[in-house]
Order: sequence, then structure tokens, then C-alpha cells
Amino acid sequence: MQIPVVRNVLEANEKMAAQVRERLRGILTLNLISSPGAGKTSLLERTLRDLAGEFRMAVIEGDLQTDNDARRVAATGAQAVQINTDGGCHLDSNMISTALDALDLSQVDILFIENVGNLVCPVEFDCGEDAKVALLSVTEGDDKPEKYPLLFNLARAMILNKVDLLPHVDFDMARARAFATRLNKELAVFEVSCRSGEGLDGWYDWLRRMRAEKVRD
Amino acid sequence: MHEMSLAQNILDIARQELQARGCTRLTGVHLRCGALAGVEVSSLRFGFEVLLQGTPDETARLEIEEVPLRLRCGACGAEFGGEGRLALWEPCPFCGEQLGHEVLQGKELNIVAIEGT
Repeated sequence: MQIPVVRNVLEANEKMAAQVRERLRGILTLNLISSPGAGKTSLLERTLRDLAGEFRMAVIEGDLQTDNDARRVAATGAQAVQINTDGGCHLDSNMISTALDALDLSQVDILFIENVGNLVCPVEFDCGEDAKVALLSVTEGDDKPEKYPLLFNLARAMILNKVDLLPHVDFDMARARAFATRLNKELAVFEVSCRSGEGLDGWYDWLRRMRAEKVRD
Repeated sequence: MHEMSLAQNILDIARQELQARGCTRLTGVHLRCGALAGVEVSSLRFGFEVLLQGTPDETARLEIEEVPLRLRCGACGAEFGGEGRLALWEPCPFCGEQLGHEVLQGKELNIVAIEGT
């Protein structure tokens, strides 16, 4: 017998994401997505140190293997929990829900989810975040927004990292910016160097605004 | 790379629906898969087969209807697409605008029917 139904294949993830979102009420939650090596962990290290006096921040680290990144961010004094996906290409809301048990959420203003380095799969799985943040570095191709449009279409902010290397690479900043911002008119763009600290003030101001917006809701 | 977990989700949903109707064997699943759903169809088929191997549902078929993108132009508001291979930044056939289109169809990943006995 044939049974007609309409069920979203990702519904289990989306239901769990709604529960995670409920647990995270009042906590600004950002899902950080980039290729491997774009500088997600470096951005977090800088941010956690520079804003330590202003916000209480926590990090959920997603990697295939090792707890290297959780140790790096924990060294800043922030709460950190590592998820190892053992080969899995993305984090999902079930993993986030488990990771939340290891955090004291009453002591958190901003939660960063550092997703597995990958521009494709993490975009498909809602982790219960308020916003996705795309990170791109100038040592990659300036056509990344063209090749992976869904991420840049859905993200609220795009960070262009490693701008201190611009004199040494052929990255066309105007091309990357123009394509991404036309794809997504709401996209906030920050050109930064996590190494020198250049441009990070704009990112911090955006975090402050997002946090204020979250608290108001 | 996440097709295996999608295949598992599909089987979980299908078995749940069958059970609710007193069926015991799964014989087929019909899926609608959007062009922008991020699914590699051959990997999904492979995952589905692997998960069913050695189970009573081993011969169940996976039928996949691929759904092309349909867009609304960000500049002039015209709707276009719905067939062939279309990119999110396809130039609008009416005004030429390439970007800022709204996706009307093509992100879905839905089970639309299940067969069982």
C-alpha cells in the first residue's frame, strides 16, 4: 500500500533545534561557519580576550578529531566544550543539546558554536543559533561566495580575515564583497586581521548590537 | 558527506509512518529533493542501500524527484526558473538582474509517500 505523507527529512534536527533555542533564551548564539584554516579559532581567541571584561562567553567547538581548539579557547578563561564528530562533516542540534549539558548557561551572555570546517553541510543543519556568521580568509578564492551561495545567502555577517596578507595574495576584495552583499542585502561585512587586530572593532560593535537586540526580545 | 545521516532520518520517518498504520515491511520511499537542498543524490542512494542491507526491508526502493530552483527576481519581482539547472544568481530573463533573488522552490527535502505491506 502507498501512504501519502509530507514529512521534512530534517524535521528531527529542526525540532531539536527549537528545543535548543528555548534553552538558550537570552543568550546570543552564533554559528560560525568557514573552510578549514580560515581562522575561526583565532577569531574566537581574540574576541574572547578582548571582550572578556564586557561579556561572559562560552564556546562549543566542533572538530572531527582532537580537543586542540577547545584547549586554545579555554586558555582565554572562557567556558569551552569540545564535540568530536568522528568524521561527521557538520554539527547538528542533537550534538549541541548534549554539549549544553556541560556548560553553566546561567553564566553565559554570548555562545559561539564553532562548526566543523566546511562550507557546505553545516549550512543545512540548524543548531538553534540566532545567526550564522560566515568567515572567509583572503588566502582563499575571492569567488567563494559564488561557489557556496547558500551560506552567504543565509549568514547575517561575513568576516574577511587575514587582511594583513592582502599585499601578498591576489584576492579581489571588491569582488568577494560585491557578490556576497548583492546575494544578501542584510549582510554585515567586516575586514579583519586576527593576527594584527585590524578591523576587529567593527565586529565587536556588531556583537554588542546583536547582544542588545537579543536581550530586548 | 551528510547523506548517510539523511538516509537514516528517511528510514526513521518511514518506519514510524508504517508502524502507525500497522504495516511491517517497507517497500519504497518517494522523496522530493530540491536543487539547493545540498544533497548528492547518488550518495543518498548508496547510504539508503547500505542501511537496508541484511534487514527485511532490503529490497525497498528509493524514488527521488529532483526539484529545480524557482526564483523571484530581487529587482523586478518576476518569477522564473522551475526547470533545468539553475543557479541562485541566474540572470533574470526579464531585467537581467543576477543577484538578490528569493528562492520560491528548491530548498525542500521532503518525503512525499511511503510504500509498505
